[in-house]
Amino acid sequence: MVSLLINGKQQEVDVAADTPLLWVLRDHVGLTGTKYGCGIAACGACTVLVDGQPVRSCITPASSVSGKKITTIEGLSPEHKHPVQQAWISEDVPQCGYCQSGQILVAVALLSAKPRPTDQDIDDAMSGVLCRCGTYVRIRRAIKKAAALMAKEA
Amino acid sequence: MSTSLNLKRREFLKVSAAAGGGLLIGLYLPGRLEAATNPAAAEFIPNAFLRITPDNTITVISKHLEMGQGVYTGLPTIVADELDADWSQIRVESAPADATRYGNLAWGGTSQGTGGSTSVANSWEQLRRAGATARAMLISAAAHNWKVDTGSLRAENGFVIDAKNNRRASYGELASLAATLPPPADVPLKSPKQWKFIGKHVPRTDSADKSSGKAVYASDVRLPGMLTALVARPPLFGAKAKGFNAAAVKMMPGVKAVVAIPQGVAVVATDFWSAKQARDALQVEWDDSAAEKRSSDELLAQYRELARKPGAVAHRSGDAARGLQDAVKKIEATFEFPYLAHAAMEPLSCVVRLGDNTCEVWAGSQQQTLDQATAARIAGLKTEQVTIHTLLAGGSFGRHANPTADYVSEGVEVAKATRTLNAPIRLLWTREDDMRGGYYRPLYVHTISAGLDKRGQPLAWQHRIVGQSILAGTAFGASMKDGIDRTSVEGASNLPYAIPNMQVELHTTQVGVPVLWWRSVGSTHTAFSTEVLINELAVAAKQDPVAFRRALLKKHPRHRAVLDLAAQKAGWGKPLPKGRWRGVAVHESFNSYVAEVAEISIADGKPKVERVVCAVDCGVAVNPDMVRAQMESGIIFGLSAALYGEITLDQGRVVQSNYHDYSILRINETPKIEVHIVPSSAKPTGVGEPGVPPIAPAVANAVFAATGKPVRRLPIRI
Repeated sequence: MVSLLINGKQQEVDVAADTPLLWVLRDHVGLTGTKYGCGIAACGACTVLVDGQPVRSCITPASSVSGKKITTIEGLSPEHKHPVQQAWISEDVPQCGYCQSGQILVAVALLSAKPRPTDQDIDDAMSGVLCRCGTYVRIRRAIKKAAALMAKEA
Repeated sequence: MSTSLNLKRREFLKVSAAAGGGLLIGLYLPGRLEAATNPAAAEFIPNAFLRITPDNTITVISKHLEMGQGVYTGLPTIVADELDADWSQIRVESAPADATRYGNLAWGGTSQGTGGSTSVANSWEQLRRAGATARAMLISAAAHNWKVDTGSLRAENGFVIDAKNNRRASYGELASLAATLPPPADVPLKSPKQWKFIGKHVPRTDSADKSSGKAVYASDVRLPGMLTALVARPPLFGAKAKGFNAAAVKMMPGVKAVVAIPQGVAVVATDFWSAKQARDALQVEWDDSAAEKRSSDELLAQYRELARKPGAVAHRSGDAARGLQDAVKKIEATFEFPYLAHAAMEPLSCVVRLGDNTCEVWAGSQQQTLDQATAARIAGLKTEQVTIHTLLAGGSFGRHANPTADYVSEGVEVAKATRTLNAPIRLLWTREDDMRGGYYRPLYVHTISAGLDKRGQPLAWQHRIVGQSILAGTAFGASMKDGIDRTSVEGASNLPYAIPNMQVELHTTQVGVPVLWWRSVGSTHTAFSTEVLINELAVAAKQDPVAFRRALLKKHPRHRAVLDLAAQKAGWGKPLPKGRWRGVAVHESFNSYVAEVAEISIADGKPKVERVVCAVDCGVAVNPDMVRAQMESGIIFGLSAALYGEITLDQGRVVQSNYHDYSILRINETPKIEVHIVPSSAKPTGVGEPGVPPIAPAVANAVFAATGKPVRRLPIRI
């Protein structure tokens, strides 16, 4: 049994301690917004935030994040109102959409560390999240837009 | 915009799960342009593509798979325009498998599927008529209600308006009456000047769901009692399972079954992680007596040898051999192309529920009627007893359109072999399964011998292509003529340049590696060899590569127009900063024309692509932002192949296994991309694939400009 704080909700999950967080989320908690892409932390599709930091859930044993604050795409905002999501929607970033939960969460972490990221900051932060559809041009634009939205809100 | 995409599906999944019946939305739709009524629901279903409900929702039924290319936006754009709908009313649902109503008209309408960049092109007339017919019926309904002439009414933003009497009625209000009216036999379509959505900015219908984790892919489907299956497949293509340690694996936690299926050995467990650990512990003894055991190097050597001999003729004009004899300057080149994996971000997956006389499949189905027929055959059912629920696909790039319906077949085989468990089966492939599972873009060798006359004009072009056929031995094999698989030679056999003596030949090889179309198919390799060689001819003739091409494209104004536009926007001919070089390529595929200019630098002995300028002529750009997105996407997809893509075989074993050794482009390697669309009134043509072919040769030609050494292989190595 592993105890996890997911999107503000404490959950007891009956899994082996070494079960990757990704599969706890997807198969046991029913949060399927977090995606499996590679299983070896090579693509970033499975990224979630643990205490605000991006973590590859596919190689993170569930027990290692017990007691920490886990945020998945579902927990970012109830009605996709987070500025990063708003920017993603207004720039029509997604194509197939499969990698976008990971992209968005990494962008959220970037913007909380660097509210006004440079092009270089964006490339550095986002280079670990793969998109086979090639939405990168729009991801760059959307992050700039999200930064502007957040500056306005602040 | 619509968030109903997922909600509808979720409701549906719930309903379906509760009733156990598989009630697919749209199942009761009538045939083409035959009106039907559903008085209980008061829905207006004027045809197979449209449903208007009293709550003012307009649901467009997509016969095509949404895999990222934007059909869930492009197709409704067409309908909404002719219907004079308000974009906020539009929802999208996937159609059930049914060739009669939902066949791909570009394929003769005999099967339903998405591919060859045909979705908008084949739906254009069909959906315009669908929208216009519904509009006419709504206007008739209003005229009937108000007892006025239809000619005094107009439709706008989801309302029928009677300006004279200052009244209006929403489509929702008119739906139930419209449903009782006969559809008009013929309806006028709008003129381009009247378009409100077509050619304008219309946002995607699926961005919100895809930005919030709500979009549902096959791997996200959850049904009561569902079990998860992983399959151990042979390490060599063509090997068969002889025996395995079923008893030991069955004892592992969560494991429900370990069964042989034709494709290998399936492990069925309560969840992915249990299934994965069980499969890791599974030991299978393989019979590899009939397996393919050659290495990529051996295949390349054999192909190079074959390329010395004449092949089947795919194109002949003039006398290429004679022309080469007469040429004053000749270039002979051999090109090599590796196997390529599609590597979509979502590994293959599907969910299958077998009942006594039913089979339901949830998948990112790209060939619904073929998947349906294949599932029926395996399950021993009639075709109509199989329901295909088409969900979103997390990319495909051709991989889901498999003539053997491979992953759906596996899912049904596992469900059949574990029927006694009475549980829906979720089949998942790991990334390694997906990377090593075959169905690659084939490995090819090309040779081109080309000659210039004394004025520096091309005189002869002799092109040989060696590689496996994608179509041979499949249900699509019938389209092969005289031993020529057109997908092996497309882009080469129809080379547009005015060269008086041309011959294109093909050697089709037999290799035990499963192959498949891969975004832009034949043009993935033919655009490269032809555009690299034509560029070398230009340089050999001491002519500017753009001017040289232009002169040879006098009879091809659409090629010329994209070439000119890309060159102009890229500043072709203007000096570049030190350490920057340009290359250009132009290519037609799927009836669209694309030119790309790549600007590169060289760092650490590798090309770094700094900027790409793209010009595209795809006829009417139904949704220009989707067109731009597909060009950006195609360029980045093509750059992955140009710089990295390579699946290699070592004595038959696939060397690569995951994204760490099969790299795809990252954001920090992504150039600035500009897309320019040629204004056109021609019928819409493809956009999903045509952005891919020109980028690799454009980069290679820039490398040639930088180094003076021609590029002869992909991926590019300096």
